[in-house]
Amino acid sequence: MNAAIISIKNLCMSYGKTAVLKDISLDIRPGAIHALLGPNGSGKSTLIKCILGLVIPKSGIITADGIPTDMDWQYRRQMGYMPQIANFPENMKVKELVKMMKDVRNQAAPKEEELIALLKLEESLSKSLKSLSGGTRQKVNALLALMFDAPILIFDEATVGLDPVSRLHFKNYLLQEKAVGKTILLVSHFIQEVEELADDIIFMLEGKIYYQGSLQALKNNNHGDNLEKVIASILDPETPNLKMYA
Amino acid sequence: MLKIIKYSVFDLLRSRWLMIYFLFFLAASGLLFSFSGDASKTLVSLLNVEIAIVPLVSTLFGVMYFYNSREFIVLLLSQPLKRMTIFLGMYLGLAFPLSLCFLLGSSIPFLVSGDATADPLAFVFYLLTGVFLSFIFTAMGFLIALKNDNRIKGFGLSILVWLYMLIIFDGIFLYILMAFQDYPLEKLSLALTLLNPVDLSRVLVLLKLEISALLGYSGALFNDFFGTAAGIGMAFFAMLLWIGFPVAAVMWLGKRKNF
Repeated sequence: MNAAIISIKNLCMSYGKTAVLKDISLDIRPGAIHALLGPNGSGKSTLIKCILGLVIPKSGIITADGIPTDMDWQYRRQMGYMPQIANFPENMKVKELVKMMKDVRNQAAPKEEELIALLKLEESLSKSLKSLSGGTRQKVNALLALMFDAPILIFDEATVGLDPVSRLHFKNYLLQEKAVGKTILLVSHFIQEVEELADDIIFMLEGKIYYQGSLQALKNNNHGDNLEKVIASILDPETPNLKMYA
Repeated sequence: MLKIIKYSVFDLLRSRWLMIYFLFFLAASGLLFSFSGDASKTLVSLLNVEIAIVPLVSTLFGVMYFYNSREFIVLLLSQPLKRMTIFLGMYLGLAFPLSLCFLLGSSIPFLVSGDATADPLAFVFYLLTGVFLSFIFTAMGFLIALKNDNRIKGFGLSILVWLYMLIIFDGIFLYILMAFQDYPLEKLSLALTLLNPVDLSRVLVLLKLEISALLGYSGALFNDFFGTAAGIGMAFFAMLLWIGFPVAAVMWLGKRKNF
């Protein structure tokens, strides 16, 4: 196995008195798709935000490519992040926003054209952001996260607002990106999506990592072939046929 | 940081509200001027408009802009940028256009009529204090929004800060003067004036107008202090501190805030 591209050691985080992350240690290997699963409130988003520096942990160390993230903000150059909600300066046009992001990152966007075509954003480029539908905003969000060709891609329930066709494109795109060696961290509640995409599963429960390993091993350990049922049986052994875990 | 400022200004200059703010000062200044026809009197009336409206609009704009940009701030924070760059950039990106609207709106009627010459220094001070007030209260707005995630609380607090600076402080000031009238209060009242940027603006402009002669003993006292170069320097230094403290607090809190 390659050395970890993101390494987390003894990470603790609390909002006020509520502990959200409890002593998390985690190594993320490069070149794979990692799905971060867990019920609502299990700390998935907080963990991702800690990696991105949006949330300041109480204690613990996070290193990206060997560099502690609290020392050098430049590490974010290696990352593309797509959050669940997209909200932009409303008076700007899409192409102005794209230009601005290139400008503030001071980086070229080698994937810009390809993604605009893939996401069918050509017609929206000259529209102002406030006139876009939620789904189109989400596509703009995807464009911003992916166009810099960053080696680490992080998605926080990113496909929620997308239509089925765009979601399919999105999935294929992620597999392509994995094939060229990108590391992808994905928070998703769509079990099917996770089963199709993920190499590794990180299952979180109440601020701790309950399971980390390959998808197949998780299924084998829990004697099931259906991930949804496996997760339900972990969460509630009494009702193995629980439909949704969240 | 210049890039963040550039794009914030760029975004805001297209905002309808900023346009309304500019037109408000243009109309107030133009109408007052055409009614009185006297630059000095217009300036006094405008001063009253300035010290009420500039702090109110700057604080509310600061709070509103911060709340509305929250997701955008998250997007910027996930980019390879320093937190300080983002917050300072957004602050300056709002304070500049607000100041510009005030400057242009209130000076165009004077410049067009060519009548700013009656009390040129008072006019310059009026514009300067307006810019200072814009920067001070935008920072207050940012600070309030950064400290309070609850929008209702944020807006409530900003109204309270505005009321305090405009009215409540003066009430306390007067009460102190009344309560301690048996003691020499000259230094105390000068010091108290430095503690409120709104009062400071008022005093700075009024003393440059000829009507300051009508202010009697206290006017003479203030003139002795604020009329000298050292006094004016001190007053503007106090205004600078009034910008510096909230901005420093914004930076300090911004560095530690979880999004």
